Amino acid sequence: MVQALNSALDTLLTNDPDTLIYGEDVGYFGGVFRVTAGLQEKHGLARCFDAPISEGGIAATAIGMAAHGLRPIIEIQFADYILPAFDQLVSEAARLRYRSNDEFTAPLTVRSPYGGGIFGGQTHSQSPEAIFAHITGLKTVIPSTPYDAKGLLIAAVEENDPVIFLEPKRLYNGPFDGRHEEQVKSWAGHPAAEVPEGHYTVPLGKAATVREGGDVTILAYGTMVHVALAAIEESGLDAELLDLRSIVPLDIDAIVESVKKTGRCLIVHEASRFGGFGGELSALVQERCFYHLEAPVARVCGWDTPYPHAFEWDYFPGPARIVAALRKVMEDIDGEL
Amino acid sequence: MRSNSLYIPQPTARPGDNPGFDHLAIPAVGETRRPEIFDSESQMRDMPFGLVRVLDEEGQAVGPWQIDVDPEQLRAGLKAMVKTRLFEDRMFRSHRQGKTSFYIRSTGEEAIGAAQSLVLGKADMCFPTYRMLAWLMARDYPMLDLVNQIFSNRDDPLKGRQLPTLYSARDYGFYSLSGNVGSRIGHGVGWAMASAYRGLSDISIGHIGEGTSAEGDFDEALTFASVYKAPAILCVTNNQWAISSFAGIAGGEHTTFAARGTGHGLPGLRVDANDFLALWSATSWAAERARQGYGATLLELFTYRVAAHSTSDDPTKYRPKEEAGAWPLGDPIARLKQHLIRIGEWDEERHAAMEADFDKEVRQAVKQGEAVGTLGKSKPPVSEMFEGVFEKPDWRVLEQRREMGL
Ligand SMILES: Cc1ncc(C[n+]2csc(CCOP(=O)(O)OP(=O)(O)O)c2C)c(N)n1
Repeated sequence: MVQALNSALDTLLTNDPDTLIYGEDVGYFGGVFRVTAGLQEKHGLARCFDAPISEGGIAATAIGMAAHGLRPIIEIQFADYILPAFDQLVSEAARLRYRSNDEFTAPLTVRSPYGGGIFGGQTHSQSPEAIFAHITGLKTVIPSTPYDAKGLLIAAVEENDPVIFLEPKRLYNGPFDGRHEEQVKSWAGHPAAEVPEGHYTVPLGKAATVREGGDVTILAYGTMVHVALAAIEESGLDAELLDLRSIVPLDIDAIVESVKKTGRCLIVHEASRFGGFGGELSALVQERCFYHLEAPVARVCGWDTPYPHAFEWDYFPGPARIVAALRKVMEDIDGEL
Repeated sequence: MRSNSLYIPQPTARPGDNPGFDHLAIPAVGETRRPEIFDSESQMRDMPFGLVRVLDEEGQAVGPWQIDVDPEQLRAGLKAMVKTRLFEDRMFRSHRQGKTSFYIRSTGEEAIGAAQSLVLGKADMCFPTYRMLAWLMARDYPMLDLVNQIFSNRDDPLKGRQLPTLYSARDYGFYSLSGNVGSRIGHGVGWAMASAYRGLSDISIGHIGEGTSAEGDFDEALTFASVYKAPAILCVTNNQWAISSFAGIAGGEHTTFAARGTGHGLPGLRVDANDFLALWSATSWAAERARQGYGATLLELFTYRVAAHSTSDDPTKYRPKEEAGAWPLGDPIARLKQHLIRIGEWDEERHAAMEADFDKEVRQAVKQGEAVGTLGKSKPPVSEMFEGVFEKPDWRVLEQRREMGL
């Protein structure tokens, strides 16, 4: 996925002189996860450069550049460190178009590695997607494969509105299905690891049906797509798995169609549960599919605690917890819940 | 003339280049004057461009910042530094052996924690960065507790909740560390304001990296420190690098970090932080100023990050391999040792014996920690994960704990 993202950025820098990249350690070094490796050397100092450790400053200046007409792509080194930029993203980027009646807009893209599974402790593991999804005026995109990562990133940068692009860091170097005792896999051989050269896009707001099935619908994004797939296998159920790919815009039609078909819905995310994006999904499903539901909408999420270092795998919603939830969802409403 | 391109700062040397620090104007020993603590900021505007130094090349204490320190205290400082370095090298290897997830060393910067920990009182509070282990070593924090924290094992004093090295040790005057850089410098100012509000003479000392001084947190802290004359010492540890970014990315090409105080009306001193006595002297000066009600001081602690940023990076990818050896202000341990020997308070035999002792102590602590368990092999009870979110757990965590069968 790292190479796919790098290729997307390379394509963007090549095709559009108005794109530029900055962030902490992204220039000469190529980023702490190597996503921008080689780009400064290839495209020049001012196209991909190091920024001061000032997430608020990075976001604020990117908004100014975007208002001027550029398409800045900024990196926040870890999504855990996006909060100093939060005010700029929420009070400024998200509303500039609305409050200026289209006079000024902020077509910037904020890339940031997020999520756990790497023993990063409280401050290198969090999943903040829900707090951005809550903000009107921001789009929030989360890829789960190299192919999608490149296509979605190019689409995000070409959007005329600000996009938060969260990269599941546990997927950077290979798919991860939550079975942490097993050997680390690389992307080699994965069907979605083939990444075409040059320009292509994957549209925002289109979910992907990763697996078709009739028993139950699972809604997931990012790392949890792979974990859910492993859980489906383990459960033996004929589940349908939707990879949302972007949570704003949200592919509500795909969700409704699938849940109406299966009559059951399980939502999986790594972020903690209370006030998480699963709450919104659950409400939408209930509002639009109530008469088709045969069981309450269920959620499997991170626990409502900070991400604890020693308890990585107790906190992480792995396949076992998803299987248990699937079993429960398969009981009918009038069955024992 | 304005060139029509965006200026991007570049360091003087990258891998393959000759390391060189000729661009740094380093004032000679004894050259920088020592103002009175009651002088106003406007009388000290030259200070951010000087460099407080005491030890000369021969290890003699000279100049206006020379200060009498009990040799016992100097030996305590030396010991804390040596212990820190041995411990950190050992834990770095433990990480290589897969015994923990992360480690971060302070190599070359040990004098800061050691000197300041000894200068300040037990009731003062330090708001440290992650390169301040020497503060704890100087106060004899139990080594086994460090090891257990680093292994996140059953006996981890922070119950497995925090990334290795992000300690918290209130009884040792060491505020809780976080992985977010910069976010506690304002707490230090608030702590000092509280001390003043309560009529106490305790002060705070807070640290931030030169890279992190770019965060708004830093300017906010300076503003409050100045407005309320907070009895605080604020330190920018300028170790020249912030992961792969040189100090110029934080504004270091155009002024000094000590000069960041000027716009806030705070005096700024630049201090050779590889010179234990200079640190001792400048910190005592700033502490006295704070305690006597003259307000906060900004110290730029001028040093070099010898180690990698952390176990997650390889510095040879972004700076010359030989750069650390070219640092013009030497190594803090070697310099204090030289001074102690020169004044007849130390010798090579004692030094070697001390190293051997600490080596044994470190080995033993690591062995004991390993017996409890390394990362993943041992951990506190999982139910602990749900504790400490609030004072009393609410229904959510109670339900979730039950869901886990605990
Ligand atoms: C708010 C925030 N942004 C980014 C990071 C990632 N990060 C960790 S350490 C570091 C460099 C800090 O450099 P400096 O302040 O100079 O301190 P040093 O590591 O050199 O001691 C960065 C960017 C972080 N931990 N927190």
